[in-house]
Amino acid sequence: MAIWLARLSVNRWRLALAPEDIVAADSAPTALITETAHGPRIVAANDAGFAAGAGVGMLLADARALCPQLVAVPSDPAGDLAFLEKFALWAQRWGPWSALDPPDGILVDVTGAAHLFGGEERLLADVAAACAARGLRVRAALAPTAGAAWALAHFGRAGAILAPGDDPMRLLGDLPVAALRLDDDVLTVLRRLGIKRLGELAGVSGEGDDPAAQAAARDAFARRFRNRRSPAANPLIRLDQLLGRVPEPLLPVIAKPQPMVQRRLMEPIRHRAPLDRVVGDLAADMVRALEARGEGARRLELGLWRVDGEVLLRRIELAAATREASHITRLFAARLETIEAGFGIEAVQLRASWSEPLALSQADLDAAAEQHGTSLSACIDRLSVRLGPKAVTRPVLRASHIPERAQGWQPPLDPVPPSQGLLAFHTRPLKLLDRAERIAVLYASPDGFPQRFRWRGTVREVVRVEGPERIAPEWWRERSSTRLRDYYRIEDDAGRRYWIYRQGIAGDGRGGVPDWFLHGLYA
Amino acid sequence: MPLHLSPARVLPARLPEARWRPGLADQPFHSEIFASGAEASGAGLALALARDALADGAGEDTRHVLWVQDRKAMQLGGRPCVAGLPPDLRHRLIHVAAATPEDALFALEEGLKCRDVVCVIGEIAGNPRALGFTASRRLSLTAERHGVRLWLVRLDAERDLSSARMRWQARAAPSPPPRWNAAAPGTATWHAELFRARRHAPGEWMLSDENGNLHIRPPEHVVDPAVPAPPDLGHLARPTVGQSLAARARA
Repeated sequence: MAIWLARLSVNRWRLALAPEDIVAADSAPTALITETAHGPRIVAANDAGFAAGAGVGMLLADARALCPQLVAVPSDPAGDLAFLEKFALWAQRWGPWSALDPPDGILVDVTGAAHLFGGEERLLADVAAACAARGLRVRAALAPTAGAAWALAHFGRAGAILAPGDDPMRLLGDLPVAALRLDDDVLTVLRRLGIKRLGELAGVSGEGDDPAAQAAARDAFARRFRNRRSPAANPLIRLDQLLGRVPEPLLPVIAKPQPMVQRRLMEPIRHRAPLDRVVGDLAADMVRALEARGEGARRLELGLWRVDGEVLLRRIELAAATREASHITRLFAARLETIEAGFGIEAVQLRASWSEPLALSQADLDAAAEQHGTSLSACIDRLSVRLGPKAVTRPVLRASHIPERAQGWQPPLDPVPPSQGLLAFHTRPLKLLDRAERIAVLYASPDGFPQRFRWRGTVREVVRVEGPERIAPEWWRERSSTRLRDYYRIEDDAGRRYWIYRQGIAGDGRGGVPDWFLHGLYA
Repeated sequence: MPLHLSPARVLPARLPEARWRPGLADQPFHSEIFASGAEASGAGLALALARDALADGAGEDTRHVLWVQDRKAMQLGGRPCVAGLPPDLRHRLIHVAAATPEDALFALEEGLKCRDVVCVIGEIAGNPRALGFTASRRLSLTAERHGVRLWLVRLDAERDLSSARMRWQARAAPSPPPRWNAAAPGTATWHAELFRARRHAPGEWMLSDENGNLHIRPPEHVVDPAVPAPPDLGHLARPTVGQSLAARARA
């Protein structure tokens, strides 16, 4: 079932008014506007506004020329989206599963649930009645697929029902192609091709009278949109989704209460010691709340409400799910140093916005293990709270030949992705410079590698060389003008071992004389 | 209050050897290695010493190695390259990029306190004010209390006051010619000078790291360059796994 909140933002604005103002507001032409680069633009209007000549997408100045008494009210897209989320949860009264369809619709899965309301017609009537009671103007439709339900809700007649046994094209064939949820530029293309209705598109899609001509038309059409992978840009994928030939994954809205504990303080606190005490109490409460749910926190947000209306937020992320009050208190203690208490803090709230299942475990019987050291995840938490989340990483191999790309950095406790084994004859340096540094070659041997070069101000004589190992650029990632690299392992007269490379070869047509760079240091 | 004896406080069963050699059992918990920032010999020697000290642990050790660098050290010598690390360390390295020496010291201390870390390797460039005698004493005490070893590489630094139990000066040395291509650089070799140690007499060695084993290489004038060095057979006292000694000698 698809529910289209046809006038979502106007309905929300109207509901926010005082009851005695609503009648007056309905009769006054009103437009909701948003600020754009070219001035205020109308995004929605009430009935009186539309009757007075305002239209969606019109500049407010143009609309005022038609109707000087038009009232302009700023729109609230973020509030609309938040309302839609709540509405999607509320709509789970009709089915166990609902998904958002931004900006102004939702989809509810009512498979096998209609008989609870006395049939599908009664279900739609219930939807209409319940939404009307909330002051929302909606259009709802029922169909076997989400795409068909959406098309019927937006473009069909009110309360349309497509039963699973029906021929979908009988009800849907006359709808405009905009019912396929396509982007505007695709709609323009279809209009230029002369395709206005779903039936015509279904005709070129291989279901017409003359099979050969239809197949040719469908092939031409498929070629026309062959590069469009996204469903919203490809009418054929959308049509298949509408007819149920390909699956359409939807993201359900699931209400998940977050564990939250808070303390309202009788006297505002202005000093650090009582604040630490409150945070410690909150951490203990939070641990109890998490324990009851069998979860551990991965992200914690501490909100401090100041007397003068300021809200201070401190957030920590943990490397592994934890349920240890002393650890949480210690991590927050490092983040509380910059708190400006002002005239005092009157309420403190701790919320676990990300939690993961964590089974109850036996407390460590071995006292020595507790006294001797912390666990790895606690150590990483302490480090990343002080040094920043990006500072503690683990190097992992990536699938690439370019040395700086063959290594990635990931959070230390994430699973290591599988990688191909390294080649034994590739001797890689112990350390790689972040950026390869250019070296000045003073004297090159006839074989092409440098005999004497200058790096960081000192001249070095090359005694031993092994190479070249040629690493070609990755043409699927880089520009065509990127030059290849010839890597050499060298050792200078003092025994220092380096990894240097020449970028490009003379006469490769991708630049002038190739430069030399020092990239790595061998142990 | 329960009496806690950290491993460092227990008196050793026998007297320490006067002269240092690789493979000694009682390695100190806090060592410093002074090296130039233009070569990776400091980090290389630190890794070799760490592997030497931790080799005689029973069974496979899967605990992590923490490698802490401050920003200046990263600019000077770059970051560790996972493909160039010894194979047994490749999957258990955690890197900490600290912005300042103070943060690096904090990370070193937190790493030493962690029971899931097998050893900590630090790299700090220069002589920052934060790394005075007090800070190094703090590191020594933490390392000895928790039994986690620390090798601190000091890049381009003066030999200042420190409480490290062993202090090395390392620089790269010409490598022995490899067996098959005499024109290529050989295995990593360092000239290491132990200039202060609590239990051993100071001395100088040429150390090389072959097949993951730390060796003392005899000086050049003893070795006849015509005769190639005998191939390293690994640790003969350890059981050979899946391969006979003869097969290893042939390989």
